[in-house]
Amino acid sequence: MCDTCGCGEPGNVTFRKPGKNVEQEDAHTHSHEHSHGGHVHSHPHDHSHSHDHSHGREIVVEQDILGKNNLIAERNRGYFEAKSILALNLVSSPGSGKTSLLEKTIKELGNDINFYVIEGDQQTMNDADRIDKAGAPVIQVNTGNGCHLDAEMVNTAIRELNPEENSVVMIENVGNLVCPSLFSLGEEARVVIISVTEGDDKPVKYPTMFESSDICIINKTDLLPYVDFDVEKAKQYALQVNHHLEFFEVSVKTGEGMSEWYEWLKRKI
Amino acid sequence: MFLLVMHELSIAMSIVEIAEENARKESASVVTEIELEVGTLSGVVMEALETAMDSAIKGTMMENAVIKYKMIAGKAQCAECGTVFDTDTAFDPCPECGSPFSDIVQGKELTVKKLIVE
Repeated sequence: MCDTCGCGEPGNVTFRKPGKNVEQEDAHTHSHEHSHGGHVHSHPHDHSHSHDHSHGREIVVEQDILGKNNLIAERNRGYFEAKSILALNLVSSPGSGKTSLLEKTIKELGNDINFYVIEGDQQTMNDADRIDKAGAPVIQVNTGNGCHLDAEMVNTAIRELNPEENSVVMIENVGNLVCPSLFSLGEEARVVIISVTEGDDKPVKYPTMFESSDICIINKTDLLPYVDFDVEKAKQYALQVNHHLEFFEVSVKTGEGMSEWYEWLKRKI
Repeated sequence: MFLLVMHELSIAMSIVEIAEENARKESASVVTEIELEVGTLSGVVMEALETAMDSAIKGTMMENAVIKYKMIAGKAQCAECGTVFDTDTAFDPCPECGSPFSDIVQGKELTVKKLIVE
């Protein structure tokens, strides 16, 4: 059982590049390891206090329950900053168009920007193969029963990818609008993608993901004539949950709106 | 309900892990009481967490522990007028000026506060 969100069974998160096996983790990546040199605190206590209590000793703990992932995420962040790498965490429901967006972005901007991709899915190399064909170095993380990527998985994948300085690392999370929201990967920005076939009230139904994101891409605008999606309403809902969100309305398929996304990327680097 | 319990079960297991780690550091073998802080905006469903804790503590140092939950109320700050107000959702409008835009400033806590051990 994943010890932070309860998904799946222990064992067998795999990391593969198109064409070869890279690394297998025997223990579940969310292992119950002890952090090096003492336990983890969210507050700067050097040691725990204990005083006598008539029924036992009291220990002040002050420990954030979701803290372990955050620590590794900060290590990832440090790595990215040291190498001047822009790292983005792409999240969405399955099928919103994350992989297609990446394929197109890599094909159009690949001459100007070095892209590296970490792909997350339960099974198959399908997405990594597509990215490989689009021309970017990629590693596929298969989570097995796992429902999200976590910072430790990204840490392992990054070591294998070994991205250059001044590059862009795109992390395509497992398609899931719930669990990934709890797990910082050390990204500089989180990009939530919804498509117009998903209903304009999506942001208020899944507020945790929208609240934790920085960019919102509304994809498949070419289908607007065929669905009851109100783009302005969707943006309003999203802003209610997170008024810091920046929006892009695109059709990856037709290319509409993609130039604004490309401009944002180029500015961010 | 099953999916909610999955999420809370993993939180419960993390709580047990933190408790046992801290107890061991103090050379204790039994946890008799634990105090947890749970923010109302943390995404945790209390009923599910309580059920999950019943399950997670079995066979551990926490097996007979009294579990105390301290709820932390959700508060948001209006992005337009700065008023801090109580909220239990991510998107209540500001009660002062009606703006729909606010930031959560309290209520996402999920912390093990303290233990009593023997």
